[in-house]
Amino acid sequence: MTSPLEQKKIKIAGPSIVTANRTWDGIVVYRTAAKSWSADLSEAAIVRNSDEAKALLAESVADDVGAIGPYIAPVQVGADGKIEPGNLREQIRRTGVTIGQSAQA
Amino acid sequence: MYAYDEIDRTLVNERVSEFRDQVKRRLSGELTEDEFKILRLQNGVYLQLHAYMFRVAIPYGTLATNQLRALAHVARKYDRGYGHFTTRQNIQFNWIKLAELPDALEDLAKVGIHAMQTSGNNMRNVTSDQWAGVAPSEIEDPRIWSELIRQHTTLHPEFSFLPRKFKIAITASDHDRAAIKIHDIGLRLIKNEKGETGFEVLVGGGLGRTPFIAKTIKHFVHGRDILSYIEAILRVYNQYGRRDNIYKARIKILVHELGIEKFSREVEDEWQHIRNSSLQIDDEVIEDIRSRFTYPAYEKLPHMPDELRQAAADPDFEAWRKNSVAPHKVQGYSIVTISLKPTGGPPGDATAEQMDALADLADKYSFGEIRVGHEQNLALPHVAKRDLPALWKALDKLGLATPNVNLITDIIACPGLDYCSLANARSIPIAQELTRRFANHELANLIGRLHINISGCINACGHHHVGHIGILGVEKNGEEVYQITIGGRADENAALGTLIGPGVKFDEVADVVEDIVEAYLALRERPEELFMDTVKRLGVEPFKERVYATR
Repeated sequence: MTSPLEQKKIKIAGPSIVTANRTWDGIVVYRTAAKSWSADLSEAAIVRNSDEAKALLAESVADDVGAIGPYIAPVQVGADGKIEPGNLREQIRRTGVTIGQSAQA
Repeated sequence: MYAYDEIDRTLVNERVSEFRDQVKRRLSGELTEDEFKILRLQNGVYLQLHAYMFRVAIPYGTLATNQLRALAHVARKYDRGYGHFTTRQNIQFNWIKLAELPDALEDLAKVGIHAMQTSGNNMRNVTSDQWAGVAPSEIEDPRIWSELIRQHTTLHPEFSFLPRKFKIAITASDHDRAAIKIHDIGLRLIKNEKGETGFEVLVGGGLGRTPFIAKTIKHFVHGRDILSYIEAILRVYNQYGRRDNIYKARIKILVHELGIEKFSREVEDEWQHIRNSSLQIDDEVIEDIRSRFTYPAYEKLPHMPDELRQAAADPDFEAWRKNSVAPHKVQGYSIVTISLKPTGGPPGDATAEQMDALADLADKYSFGEIRVGHEQNLALPHVAKRDLPALWKALDKLGLATPNVNLITDIIACPGLDYCSLANARSIPIAQELTRRFANHELANLIGRLHINISGCINACGHHHVGHIGILGVEKNGEEVYQITIGGRADENAALGTLIGPGVKFDEVADVVEDIVEAYLALRERPEELFMDTVKRLGVEPFKERVYATR
């Protein structure tokens, strides 16, 4: 897993969010603009440059009791503002395991 | 079965109380995650993609029925109704809540199960042959020695902060079912010319990003000296093993960099200091451990009972018997391997209902004992041959009679990107597709013995390097790409597979495996020539040509 320490030199290529796992039960959560955590990706705070990303990550790391292992992850934001995971790993974290799905396209 | 004594029970119970307090302090914020992480890891608790993952040890792969029922209970009450058996005789639960973990541990402790040292840089679960104690050609039961090492290394302060994790496996048969040559220390139980029990000791095996087959460091270490010899190896490792680079911290790197001769000299020097110490094992200690293993009161039964003779007329029964039933050291009994590889299912998974029902069957047909093998299957070690037809029918109703043991669909796979935070690519859907592609059991039997191993990253939890066909998932430009090797094996002739060419995409993997299999069927000289024999005879080129000719 990409730890915050490995993300010291934060460079983001596009819209990103901070995600982690909730401490007491481990579920996937996203950092919100209201400085809390939500299990709903649509409530995630979007950052668009490195300074914003650093600040959001720092604030997330500070909330050690709320969630663990926060890191920055890419997202895609549609014209209607809808947020979608930016890679397969985050897609799986959002929608769950793919083991009911055929490996054939 | 091994019966815990009061010391074992106290240790396990105290560990639960300790962890309960640690979890409470973590959830209150008294402990930070940095402080807590090492504590949870020492109790088998990882953080994965979707949740915490809880790994429970099944020492030397032996389970009593009340223990299997306890695992089913944890799956049902604290998880999502299933568990995943791993390649090192552990079971993992994928959806556990941290707040409920102490209760789960307490429930397991009631039947003598724990999660100590299933993670972290310490001595991991000591594994062995899942047929230990019942295999016909076995020298003696390797679990006696596995238990000795387990007792000595559990919570041993000198082994609690090693440079990296450390794994030991023991076999006592000519055919190695414990994969000892891919372990940090592999022990092969042998007898010397005086008939005394001892071990050939191998060291420095392992897979991951830098795979090595273990090398023999000493051809015979007397049983009474095995703890001091292991300790000498660990002391050399503790002293010289690298702590500055996680990728170079395993003992295999140290053995490789020093060379086996220099490494063995260092071990020998250290051993001379400690071999005549309290680490020397009295016969009484071994006999005490031996006395705590109980063996069934076998009946005197015929080699070929009428029930078996009659059932042989049923081709479905025969297909299952041929692959799942192995000879037992006692006449009239068999060892039955239970495939956890149903067509389209995730390799190694069992539901709580299956575990409960299997416990009932083990009580009825296997003297209350179940085994777990590194191939991610289970076994019933003491089944009377007369009971095989009835057992088969019962297993079939549970979805546990897939007749594919040791065939192409008996796939070893890691959890991959569907669960694991380290993975780069998915493993389980690849395995599922392959089980569908080769679901025709007649075809699978025609192909014969062929092991496929799949890993979703270079850490190689699916042991892809030693698969007859190995599949490694990597990430390239945001896409899953799979590298294919052939010619690996994990048995007494362990070898690393050879890469056949460039990686292929997720939806091409099953086609590539099919091409390799078709090439093998066309190239083999006779039906008895196994896939590995053909690869050995011809090398990888013909397979490479077949796979890449049209790609």
